[in-house]
Amino acid sequence: MAINWYHYASPATFHPLAGRLAAAFAWLAAALTAAGLWIGFVVAPTDATQGEAYRIIFIHVPTAWMAMFIYLVMAFWSALALGFNTRLSAMMAQSLAPTGALMALLALWTGAFWGRPTWGTYWAWDARMTSTLILLFLYLGVIALRNAIDDPRRADKACAVLTLVGAVNVPIIYFSVRWWNTLHQGASVSLTSAPKMATIMLTGMLVMTFACWFWCIAVALWRVQAIILERERGAGWVAALPAVRET
Amino acid sequence: MAEFFAMGGYGWYVWMSYGACAVVVVGEALSVRARRRRALEDARLAAVDAPSRGAGAMP
Repeated sequence: MAINWYHYASPATFHPLAGRLAAAFAWLAAALTAAGLWIGFVVAPTDATQGEAYRIIFIHVPTAWMAMFIYLVMAFWSALALGFNTRLSAMMAQSLAPTGALMALLALWTGAFWGRPTWGTYWAWDARMTSTLILLFLYLGVIALRNAIDDPRRADKACAVLTLVGAVNVPIIYFSVRWWNTLHQGASVSLTSAPKMATIMLTGMLVMTFACWFWCIAVALWRVQAIILERERGAGWVAALPAVRET
Repeated sequence: MAEFFAMGGYGWYVWMSYGACAVVVVGEALSVRARRRRALEDARLAAVDAPSRGAGAMP
């Protein structure tokens, strides 16, 4: 397998590839969402202690995982952008911030609507919830910082530094339920022990996680296409695009 | 059907969670599409303003 990765590191060659990849991931995400919702609402039985309220797990856990995971991916692209001064990796980091912010918002939102019937409160200043709220603010801070700097290349550097500094929050979120005595429950699924939940519920959760993951990839690729067009506006290859010549 | 939507009395919580996710997915897709269209429009204007730099942009 000899794929020339440097070939696709150029915005001009990545732009059409991103469009094709995004469409494929969006279709995969749609199929997995249909399967995941079917498992979550039809196949999986009512929970013995929580009744039907537990069905929020099929959307809460995937969005919460994605909120953390996207931040790590954003930090990875930021590190590449800082270390190698590559434009496309900075654009990928820029593209991921809004999607990550929305995932963090959904994790908090669905958590609130799950917390109310099970713990009796929408919100508590618990370590996990507070650190997830900080994650949302980090995403918003990165977006605001970019909007505040006119020169895109300077904005790339400033956002990359902020993103990398903020990455320390991700392990804090992950281990918060172990380090502190939290209202939030401990991990039901971890890499080091057998899952503490019924197989069908775990299956539904994992299918929804992949659906969520693939959707995030699709929407981030679509956004990076727009970002490439915004930032390469004056380039000859953009002017030569059929969509630019015909509109 | 009504029983399904009632979610054993937890309908408000379950549907507020899934509804918010649906709104976010649709909203994000629409906003990205609008951003892409704006970028294409701006690129077209840039190509018209500076045709010399836009190789192949001129008929």
